[in-house]
Amino acid sequence: MFKGLGERLDDIFKSLKGKGRITEDDVSQAMREVKMALLEADVNFKVVKEFVAQVKERAIGQDVLESLSPAQQVIKIVKDELTELLGGTQAKINIASKPPTIIMLVGLQGAGKTTTAGKLAKLLSKQGRRPLLVAGDIYRPAAIKQLQVLGEQLNIPVFSMGQENPVKIAQSAVENANSTGRDLVIIDTAGRLHVNEELMDELANIKGTVKPHEILLVVDAMTGQEAVNVADTFNQKLGLDGIIMTKLDGDARGGAALSVRKVTGTPIKFAGMGEKLDALEPFHPDRMADRILGMGDVLTLIEKAQANFDAEQAAKLNKKIRQAEFNLEDFLEQMQQVKKLGPLEQVLGMIPGMGKLTKQLKDQQVDEKEMGQVEAIIYSMTTWERQHPEKIDGSRKKRIARGSGTRVQDVNQLLKQFEQTRKMMKQISNMTKGGKKGKMKLPFLQ
Amino acid sequence: MGFFGRLKESLTKTRETFVEKIDQVFTGRKGIDEDLYEELEEVLIQADVGVSTAMKLVERVRKGVKARNVQEAARLKDIFQEELEYLMGEKTSPIKINPEGPTIIMVVGVNGVGKTTTIGKMAHNYKAQGKKVMLAAGDTFRAAAIDQLEIWAERVGVDIIKHQEGSDPGAVAYDAIHAARSRKADILLIDTAGRLHNKSHLMDELRKVHKIVAREMPGAPHEVLLILDATTGQNALSQVKIFSEAVHVTGIALTKLDGTAKGGVVTAIVTEMAIPVKLIGIGEGMDDLRPFNPKDFIDALYGRRNDDE
Repeated sequence: MFKGLGERLDDIFKSLKGKGRITEDDVSQAMREVKMALLEADVNFKVVKEFVAQVKERAIGQDVLESLSPAQQVIKIVKDELTELLGGTQAKINIASKPPTIIMLVGLQGAGKTTTAGKLAKLLSKQGRRPLLVAGDIYRPAAIKQLQVLGEQLNIPVFSMGQENPVKIAQSAVENANSTGRDLVIIDTAGRLHVNEELMDELANIKGTVKPHEILLVVDAMTGQEAVNVADTFNQKLGLDGIIMTKLDGDARGGAALSVRKVTGTPIKFAGMGEKLDALEPFHPDRMADRILGMGDVLTLIEKAQANFDAEQAAKLNKKIRQAEFNLEDFLEQMQQVKKLGPLEQVLGMIPGMGKLTKQLKDQQVDEKEMGQVEAIIYSMTTWERQHPEKIDGSRKKRIARGSGTRVQDVNQLLKQFEQTRKMMKQISNMTKGGKKGKMKLPFLQ
Repeated sequence: MGFFGRLKESLTKTRETFVEKIDQVFTGRKGIDEDLYEELEEVLIQADVGVSTAMKLVERVRKGVKARNVQEAARLKDIFQEELEYLMGEKTSPIKINPEGPTIIMVVGVNGVGKTTTIGKMAHNYKAQGKKVMLAAGDTFRAAAIDQLEIWAERVGVDIIKHQEGSDPGAVAYDAIHAARSRKADILLIDTAGRLHNKSHLMDELRKVHKIVAREMPGAPHEVLLILDATTGQNALSQVKIFSEAVHVTGIALTKLDGTAKGGVVTAIVTEMAIPVKLIGIGEGMDDLRPFNPKDFIDALYGRRNDDE
């Protein structure tokens, strides 16, 4: 729906091709595109303005003007600055020297506090903690029940006192944790508007009474310009220790992450990546930067694929791709995995440089039947053939075609496509590897 | 407090951040220059109007200024209001009612936008109008979602059709339609699980529920209401687009519009989308879900008019 930064800058610098030198004016024009890309990603306006001024200074100070690939240079600067602003990966909870460690989750209605409470409990219990979940949302119908159901699924105790005063609930919960030997207390609170003073005071009272070690703001990744005011108000009132971004498995660019990080100065610790209770992950600033800029996200794609594999399988596949040992058996498996990843169009969108291709694909939807045919062809091969596709000769091709009810041309076409895929995968995997060292090759800039 | 007064009150914060900031752009200036237009665009974007709608609106103001040969910035205030009114239109789109009964309304949206709460409030409104209302607990996925709707059903005093957690939402819809017909209900509100629109298997599931509803009762669903959280940024447009492609959304309900600076997103949706905004949620009370009327909205936004006028 929105153009990514890569595409935007590409357009600008393409029109400048053959102009010889690029002037400061051209950089300003590029900055306008950076600004637009960030605004469309829902980064707060004030944050964008400040950010762009900063980037511009750096861009002009550096040798972007003399650079052979100015677009690439600008993107690199923008991305570096953005990653830095978003902070490091700090998926840690401050553990109290004297247990229990008390964590309090706060945020607007519908941000995902209760689900996140369950996810956090699971994550921390995996790390050897003994959490107690506390049902502090006494307002929303069945919020207590929701936490109880989650607790049951996780086999983690849930402390509740019905519609009792939340301050009292929190206090009793901590006492309960002390007497039952739970070393971690996770307090779920009711969603509230940051402008509702009465309810904000309630949170301050809970804080004053139980003195949590961590107060985490839960923020929906789809939040718009208002994210700044929300984060600022919660921070002023409570003094936040960290942020959890939720619903990052959606397709929002997630500019709110930058806004909340900037106004609160507190780290974004975790990212909610799905509806399942284990879908809480450390927050990765570099990936978030790519995402905000609409630059594709190879790592997320790989991880998404991994989510459907077990870890061992994924490691094996990764190695195979790197060494180009990827064969038709893996291809078949992949094809089945890809179906689970979601619409092909969207999967392609995560690969840098594929934006344009995706547009073309939209016109000629990928034929499900064609995928079925490919499957049939591979099923008609022997295991040896699948492992050594390059050794399939004429008579084998004939047999395969007959077996799958296709023509030899179809078999040929598949083998050719496969070879191309193999090459592309190797390229992408090299690119990701290089990206970390800042040598990322962006194919759309060539 | 009257209907309009309540709307006006709930938009106080929006008025402070949106209207007053825009007025500031126009005051204390000598002439009309590029800076002014840029500032106007900035204020609009900050209110979640979105880049493209903001540019559209500013462009219209620019043309209006030229056409009328306006020189003083102060006069821009009126021109801006006129253009905003023009973009928002005057049309109201009430919820469609099936005169032969029952009216089937399917409620869809991403997680956490307020689907269940909206259903509770709609049920309350229809009951108050003397209609026989039924609810279908179609969110069989989220923990305790069924309980949440059940509490609403009790609170409002209406029947609810429910299955076990984890059961097939299509089967719930099927049962609910048959129950609504045999019990001669006027309105059936079908809740569905929140789902992110980029998850194809979940959208397929929704499509299936929609298909069952359409199959079991010709002409149904009479409304497919997409619930949008007014705090959402530009992703709202993506939600509208993809949900519409999947289940043919007929109207939008915008929730959590009260108390914050979010008036802008209404403008974006009304101008960018071919689907009408039918309801707005302006508070947590039972009566705070209202039909959307663009003219009232703008009047309330600008603090014009009172209940008795």
